[in-house]
This record gives sequence, C-alpha cells and structure tokens, in this order.
Amino acid sequence: MISRLATTILLSLTLPGIAQSLDIQKVTSPGGITAWLVEDHSIPFTALEIDFLGGAAIENAAETGTAYFLSGLFDEGAGDYDASAYQRQMRDVAAEFSFDAYRESISVRARFLTEYRDESIELLRLALQEPRFDPERVEFVRNQILAILADRASAPNDIASDTVNQLAFGDHVLGRPIEGNEESVRARTSDELEQFRQRALTRDGAYIGVAGDISPGELGILLDELLGGLPLDAPELPPAPDYRLGGGTTVIEFPTPQSTVVFMQEGILRNDEDFLTAYVMNEILGSPSYSSRLQKEVREERGLTYGIASFLGTHSTVGFVTGRFSTENQSVREAVEVVAEIWRDLANDGVDEAELSRVKTYLMGAYPLRFDGNGSIASILASMQRDDLPITYVENRNTMIDQLTPDDVSRVAARILRPDDLHFVIVGQPEGLDPAVTDESVAISGQSVFERPEQIHDRPD
Amino acid sequence: MKTFFLGAVLSLLTMAASPVVHAAHKMNAFRLDNGLQLVVIEDRRSPAISQTLWYRVGAADEPPGKSGIAHYVEHLMFKGTRNFAPGFYRQTVQNLGGNDNAFTSRDSTGYIQRIAADHLETIMELEADRMHNLILTDDDIETERRVVLEERNMRTDTNPGALLSEQMSASLYLNHPYSIPIIGWRHEIEQLSRDDIFDFYKTHYAPNNAILVIAGDIAPHEALRLAQEHYGPLQANPHIKTRIRPQEPPHLAERRLVMTDERIATPYIVRRYLASERNPGEQRTAASLSLLAAILGGDGINSFLTQKLEIEANISIYSSAYYRGTSVDPTGFGLVVVPADSVTMQEAEEALDEALDEFLQTGVEEAQLNRIKKGIYAANIYEQDSVQSVARRVGEALSSGLTLEDVRVWPDILQSVTAAEILDAARSLFRPESSVTGWALNEDIES
Repeated sequence: MISRLATTILLSLTLPGIAQSLDIQKVTSPGGITAWLVEDHSIPFTALEIDFLGGAAIENAAETGTAYFLSGLFDEGAGDYDASAYQRQMRDVAAEFSFDAYRESISVRARFLTEYRDESIELLRLALQEPRFDPERVEFVRNQILAILADRASAPNDIASDTVNQLAFGDHVLGRPIEGNEESVRARTSDELEQFRQRALTRDGAYIGVAGDISPGELGILLDELLGGLPLDAPELPPAPDYRLGGGTTVIEFPTPQSTVVFMQEGILRNDEDFLTAYVMNEILGSPSYSSRLQKEVREERGLTYGIASFLGTHSTVGFVTGRFSTENQSVREAVEVVAEIWRDLANDGVDEAELSRVKTYLMGAYPLRFDGNGSIASILASMQRDDLPITYVENRNTMIDQLTPDDVSRVAARILRPDDLHFVIVGQPEGLDPAVTDESVAISGQSVFERPEQIHDRPD
Repeated sequence: MKTFFLGAVLSLLTMAASPVVHAAHKMNAFRLDNGLQLVVIEDRRSPAISQTLWYRVGAADEPPGKSGIAHYVEHLMFKGTRNFAPGFYRQTVQNLGGNDNAFTSRDSTGYIQRIAADHLETIMELEADRMHNLILTDDDIETERRVVLEERNMRTDTNPGALLSEQMSASLYLNHPYSIPIIGWRHEIEQLSRDDIFDFYKTHYAPNNAILVIAGDIAPHEALRLAQEHYGPLQANPHIKTRIRPQEPPHLAERRLVMTDERIATPYIVRRYLASERNPGEQRTAASLSLLAAILGGDGINSFLTQKLEIEANISIYSSAYYRGTSVDPTGFGLVVVPADSVTMQEAEEALDEALDEFLQTGVEEAQLNRIKKGIYAANIYEQDSVQSVARRVGEALSSGLTLEDVRVWPDILQSVTAAEILDAARSLFRPESSVTGWALNEDIES
C-alpha cells in the first residue's frame, strides 16, 4: 500500500506582517498528478480549483466560441444521468461546481462537503470525462448563447472590449470574443464539442489548487480518480500575435447619454523580470482598490466618472496595459485628455519616495487579506502554478515589493508607458470628438487618429 | 448551465433565489449607553478583521422630493471632518493595508473596512469621528454630485434593464417610498442642497441609530472595550424614532408596463408581486416565500418554471424567480421569463400564468423540497468560510428591524417549513391586482 501514498513536500511559509503561517504542500498523486494544497480542517468541506490550460486560445477561426459553449454543458448531463438527474444528484450531495471558459483556460471550481466527498468527486469526474451533449440540451445552451451574443452586441462595455481586442490583435484568436459569433455557434455539433473537450481538458494542462478539509494522502487518491482518465498532453497555445494598435482614438457611435471608454497599449509578459515592479507601478497609476492617480484626478478632483481603473493584462504570449471608465458624452474629451496627461507624467517623471512608500505599505498590508477562505486560497494556488511562480512566492512576495526603489518603478514606468501608443476606444456619442475637430483637438498622442471602423459585430441573418 | 444568464435580466435580480442561512460562528451582542448596538462575530482562522457600521437609514427614509440624499451623503462621508483633513481617512486605511467601501440600500447605509486585526482601533477612531464631524466645502459637494450623476448614468441610464426595473418599483408601490430608486431621480439629485445634506446627516447619523458589526480575529470583550472607548463618547440623538413609513393602500388594479428601447437585444417579461417580508418573531411566511423562489427558479434545470417553460413547452430560453425577505416593509417577489425565438410576449406570459396555476393545483414535490433544504444546510457550512458574508447577513437583518434571535432561528425555520405552508404562501402571493408586469421590447409591440 506504500505506493498508494502520495508524496508530500511540506513547506512552512510565514506571511510577513501577520502572525500566521500558510502551509502550502505540493502533493503528487500515485499517478503523477500534482496539486498544491493548504490543509484546514476547521470547516468540513474542501475547495478545489482546476485551471485547464487551453481555453479559447486553442480554437481555430471556424470554431470560435467552442470553449465557452463547452463550459455551459458540463452540468447538463453526464454518464448515465441526463441533465435533470445529474443536477438532482449534485444537489443531493450538496456539491457546488462551476465551469468557466477564459482566453487561455477552462476553469473548474468545486466545493464539496467532507461527508459527501466520494460522491461529489464521482459527479465531477463524470462532468469532466463523460459529458453527454444530449441534443436537446445542446440546442438549449446554443439558444442561450445566441441571446447572449445579441445582448453583447448592444452592450457598450462589450462593444468597447471587443473593439479594442480586435484592433490590437486582428484575426489572431486573442482578437476574437470568447463567446464566439453567431455563425460559429450555430454550426457547432456535439461531436465537435466532444473533440474539443478532449483537446482542452488534459492532465498535463491541469493546474490544481486545493484548500480545506482533506489530507495529502486523500487528495492524491482523489486526483487520480478525478483526472486519471483524461488525455495526458497539454494543448499547445498559438504563437504570439502582432500588437497592431497604435495611439489615437476610435469612436463607435452608440445612442446613450454616457460614453464607455476603454484604453489600451502594449505591455509586458507575466514572466518578465520587471513584472512585479510594473504591478506596483500600475497600482500607483490606476489600481481599482487604491487611491490611484487616475482615481484621484478623474473622479475625486474633477468628478468626471464614478470609477476608473487600469490593469496589467497578460496572455501567455503578449502583455498589455488597459483600463476603462464611463463619463457623460460632453466630458469625454476632458477625461481622455486627463488620462493621457497622467500617462505622460508617470512615464516622464516617475514616482517619488513618498508615493512609492505609501503604495508599498498598502500592498504589503493588503496581501494577507487575500487568503481569506478555502475558495480564495485554492484559486490563488492554481494561478500561482499557471504563472510558474515558486511555491515560496507567498513567503517572499512582500519582501520583493519592499525592496523596490523609486528608481526601479520610474525606470519601469518609462519602459512600459508609451503615451503616444495609448489608444482610446469610445462607445457613445462623445461631444467634440466628431471627425471634423478630432484630428486637431484631441492631441492625446500628437498624431491623433480618428477611425470609424466598420461594424465589428456582424449579425448575419 | 447555471452560469449562463442574460445581462439585461441579471441587472434586475437583487438577490439569487437561494435563501441565506445562519452559520455556526460565535456571536456576541452588546449595547453601549448611548444606544449603539454592537455585534462581535469571532473567527480566529485568519488575523484579519472587518468593521461595518450600519445606520438604520436608507433611501426609503428620505424626505419627499429629496430622492438620492441617503446615497449622496454616503459618498460625501469620504471627505474631511473637523479633526481630519480630506483624504486622511482613506489614506490611513490604505497605509495600514486595509480596504474600505460603503453602500446604501432602501433600508440602511453601511460603511465597511477590512484590515489586519491589530489595526481595529485606528479604523474605529476614524469611523466614530465621521459620525458627527463631517465638514464639506461647496467644491466637495459639487464635484461629488457629478460623480453621483455619472454613477446614475452608468448603473441606470445606460442600462435599459435597470430603467425598466426602476419603473417597475415606482409602479408596484402606490404609496410606500420603496417606489423611489436608491440612487435617486436625476432631477432631484441635481437640486440637493448643502442644507438638505446636513439636515439628513444630523437627523440620522447617531449612535442610537447604528449597529456596529466587528467580525474576525478578536475576543468579544476586547471589541467591546475598544468600541466603548471610541464610540462611547458620542452623543445619542434623542429625536431618533422607530421608522414608520407611509404604507400601501389595498391594491385593486393589476399594473402593466411596456418599455421599448433599441438597446434591448432580447425581449423579456418581468413580473413583481408585493410580498411579505421577514418580521421580528414572525418569519415563517418569508421562509415559505424563500423556498417558493427556490422551487420555482432556484433549482437549476429542475426548477418548476424551467421544467414547464423550457423543457416541456419550449416557450422560454431563461426563467427565474427571486425574493429578498430581509426588508423593513413589504418587499417584492419577482419572476423573469425570456421568450424563445419564435414565441410572442403574449404567448410567453400566458404560459407563465398557466405554469403558476398548475403549481397552485399540483403543489410542492416533497423530494424537491428536501433537496432544496439540503442545499440550505450545505450553504450553512460553506458560508462559515467567509466571516464577512456572515457579518453582512447579520448587519442587514439587524438594520432591517430583526433581532439576533430572529437571525439565529432563521435556518431552523427554513428547515421546518412544510409543503402546505409554501402552497399557502404562494396562494396569497399570486394575486394579479398586487402585481406589476413589465415587457421589455426593442421595437413596437408585436404581440
């Protein structure tokens, strides 16, 4: 029975600034599947997150939207259970599963009670390995997705996101909405969904985080039962896209009193040695939770928006800096100019000691608050593995932040932020941005471009 | 397929159908001499703490013509005070690695911070300070008015589903101020004055109108000691009274609304019935309605409406039921149906009414009821993972006039509700004359 025991490496990590340690264990199952685990037996349930590498990124152009479609079908019948019976079983053991498609992964999140662990894992195994794709359920989900596509086509937020992605990444898979398009969704067959499942859910592509009431030995056995039957080899992600979007402004006319604005420029990869520094830089620029420069200038000082934030986006082959806000049509020009100005200031003048030290204390203090339950911890453990971070990262992260100097952050701001390459996509009826005046007056980039792109959301009848 | 729903419809749902339950955290309650209620929820798993100060005042307590004032004051509470310069509060919380936010509902206004447990005293000092010491410049007031108007734009005016929802509330309530949107009507937000703001603030912001909920890594007596030190000196307001709002007259006529908006991509039907809420010592009706919502729309593919409208009849592509029982005064019970492609609004609504009639005839299936109750039992365990979620639920209940005892017995009441009680509750609920039905269309009616 020795061979049935999972091998366990125990690492004791202490979170700086707080008096409690987080023990992350690397568990390898008898069958060779690896997961990171934080044991906590105080509540009789376990949270599990599996990120399967692949997602929408492994779709070809004709099958766009398949990962999203598939993610809607996992709990619509599996094994001997039709959809109704499957969901009855799930509820009878009080398990909670969710399945979500992303650009480069399909994520599975599960919570199950200790008393029903075996039954819950068997149901989850059926969902991942033996989904039925019964025709009437496939049609039902297809119709829901078609309605979602129609909705997205008249939602300013979605129009703005889809436009900026399309402008930046063109025909590359990263330029397409993960929900797909009407033609592709209408054409998808059950066989194609099943074939896609076999490419998308693999053992080597699975990044697994677990937290809660389970021992390493129990987890090892569970992992083999749950995932042992999946294909081994992880799918290959497509090569990097060319980043095609230059500086300027794109207006999409849309009848609404308030414009939605998305801005974006190219950024850096997650594995870039400057990434953590860039993360700190972006907190100063546009953190959603901290009093960032964008928040202060656009909301607090001028009252131009309810909320504005910027983010570092990272696909595995391309990085970008993006953000968004909404503002009344007559304020768009002013708000866009303020954002561009802040961008320019940070790139040119960097940060000083006082500003950096404030954001450092915030980030270091707030970090432990993220580990606030089994669900959050499982999710963090899975994403750490996807990002190829060492298991000691949690222990060292605050020290790395603490060591950053104003020169580091200023250097990275100058490296990454390129005001001339920042592009604004505006969905609405912005005033003072019509073609006649735009070219001269919105000198955000010095070479302001005005484009009125062709209809992005085709809706073939 | 529970992850799939439509954006326009989602914005109408104030809460999912599944009822909330009590978790097994240790809870202690105290009352300071100045009337401040204190609840301490101990959870030692992580060295963090949250402080939420709930005021028993919300959008339904606004003077006539001053809609939006409760929410506007909430925004302005982040400016300066007599003791601290503008920006000091948020800067301090962030310097300590904390997060903060605030919220306004129909019945309450709340301020929350989350922070490492050893900084509780600091955030108590700041929260207590702004209960009575707010200072506003004209510039603060005008700049924040713009922010609030942008918020209204973002949440409501650019969202046809939210606009219809606003019209539905205004129509459901004939007399009660729940008819007013929390964020306020635009023309009234534009007119709110400095005097309006300070009248409202001075009338309602007082220790004897507040509930302090401390949740996380602290002993109850230590939390009490800190609360006495920082909140104890605040003066009670002798004019605070139990909230008595204008109540509804008998509802005699069914109301129907049709909204046409070119931004509505997928037409849908939404209906709301006036419904009983949880009351101190009497929560069985509300518990029955919570379970009714779960049976009709909260049991995935096995939900009654899903079975009737989607599986058996192919009438709709999405249906849902929702109910939110934690409320000072009678609340709403909602139904949503998104017709399938070739189905007219009229056909879909008739099918909905037939399904409801059939439910009243056939009653509750015991196996389904037991399954739903099991889910409630599990939710109880899962909820212990988030002490913040427990804290929010307790604060919401207390600020809606319920007692800690009501909170404590609520899960048992949910488990003990019978099929017959649910059916009785459904019979009293589904009266057309106390309902409003909305059609969301993208062109003129093609019924």
